[in-house]
Amino acid sequence: MSQGTQSVIQAEVIVIGGGLVGTAVAYGLARSGADTVVLDQGDDAFRASRGNFGLVWVQGKGHDLPDYSRWTQSSASRWPDFARALMADSGVDVQLRQPGGFHMCFNDEELIERQSRLQTLQDALGDYPFQMLDDADLKARLPLIGPSVVGASYTPQDGHVNPLKLLRALHSSAQAKGARFHGGIQVDRIDGAAGEFCVTAGGQRFIAARVVLAAGLGNPGLARQVGLHAPVAPNRGQVLVSERVRPFLDHPTVHVRQTDEGTVQLGDSMEEVGFDDSTSTHVLEAIARRGVATFPLLREVRLIRAWAALRVLSPDGFPIYQQSASHPGAFVVTCHSGVTLAAAHALRIAPWVMGGAMPDELGAFAGERFLTDKVFSHAH
Amino acid sequence: MRTDPLFQPVMSEVRSTRTVSLSFNDQALEVPAGISVAAALLMSGINRFRATPVSESPRAPYCMMGVCFECLVDIDGVPNRQSCLIEVAEGMRIRSQEGARDLIFQPGDVQTAIEQTVEVQS
Repeated sequence: MSQGTQSVIQAEVIVIGGGLVGTAVAYGLARSGADTVVLDQGDDAFRASRGNFGLVWVQGKGHDLPDYSRWTQSSASRWPDFARALMADSGVDVQLRQPGGFHMCFNDEELIERQSRLQTLQDALGDYPFQMLDDADLKARLPLIGPSVVGASYTPQDGHVNPLKLLRALHSSAQAKGARFHGGIQVDRIDGAAGEFCVTAGGQRFIAARVVLAAGLGNPGLARQVGLHAPVAPNRGQVLVSERVRPFLDHPTVHVRQTDEGTVQLGDSMEEVGFDDSTSTHVLEAIARRGVATFPLLREVRLIRAWAALRVLSPDGFPIYQQSASHPGAFVVTCHSGVTLAAAHALRIAPWVMGGAMPDELGAFAGERFLTDKVFSHAH
Repeated sequence: MRTDPLFQPVMSEVRSTRTVSLSFNDQALEVPAGISVAAALLMSGINRFRATPVSESPRAPYCMMGVCFECLVDIDGVPNRQSCLIEVAEGMRIRSQEGARDLIFQPGDVQTAIEQTVEVQS
């Protein structure tokens, strides 16, 4: 499209990114009445939101940063109301189940490390229920567990959803509340003046007083243009999915879960391989072996698909939430737990974007924490 | 929705071909040797191969090339077989796949299933 025919679209807020994070924020904004535009890339983009595992997971998160655990709990506890709101606005049942989840341990060292991690969290947070189960306890709770599992941790706060239904529910709900989606367009540039941002994308200009960067792996380049620092990088996860089988597993676990429609998902690999989202046999083999070790009856199951997707990870693995000091009205919202945190993104980030107070837990999540010589590591 | 099969046997080929006997839901069928189970059932007039796990809707083969998973049946006690990828064999006992497979209770012989699949693909 030539410059002369370039169209201009005005809104109160522009959300860049139509994945789970962007649409959750957009839904929250739209439901509070804000005139919201969402800009989404095409299906050739890296799509973490179409490849994830679907856990609404609390257990063990933030053991070295209790504010992250608080933030995660605040989302998990809001999830039931959030799921009902999505159902009302989109007609999509995202199949939220929060029956508590298990983290399996295959040797005593893992079990001890697990206990220590969860005890640290309970000491820091107080309200943090968990149970450590030995093999007999676990067998009583999950009779199909395999003999090589020596024990597990359990917390009652964990759950799961159907992540593809969630993405669809968020898109439909946000649009039902008036958000306008522009798909298949790439943001070329953000020009920021006080109280007015101009986003150039796909031959069009979008103008708003506020802009939210929720573009996943696209955030580092966008953040720079509005005085923010968001050094996220890809981390590959691979997933196997089985044929549909009758229900045999009511609880989600970190590595294995049965979906609402009967398929079994196996996953949780982590690899630093840049922007390569292909699968690899040796990783899939390890995932399958661990799944069968956990539930030996899976030896019989047929796998029907495998895929990989790229997590959006910051150097310490925690989210980046920040309003730009140099460009007020520009926010970055980026994390790798787009499912778990969807309720918090819709119900707590959106009011902040519209001028409310920053949620208490979020002081620790500014991107400047990475502007040091410290070497970071993330434990997912 | 009723779906009548679009596939019709080439009669000159059928006559010249050896046949095998098998059964579908205990109904005895005589079909040409060398064809897939899905083709054999379709040419025998069977158009309900399975019921879906989620809504229990009736299903019949769609792609006939191993992609759509609509043609699943139970063959010799092994559930969820892709009938378009498996060659008919004498004495095969085929049953419609009623909903999802049950992993907890499964009398099937998985080794047989693997061998049959390898035969067709090679």
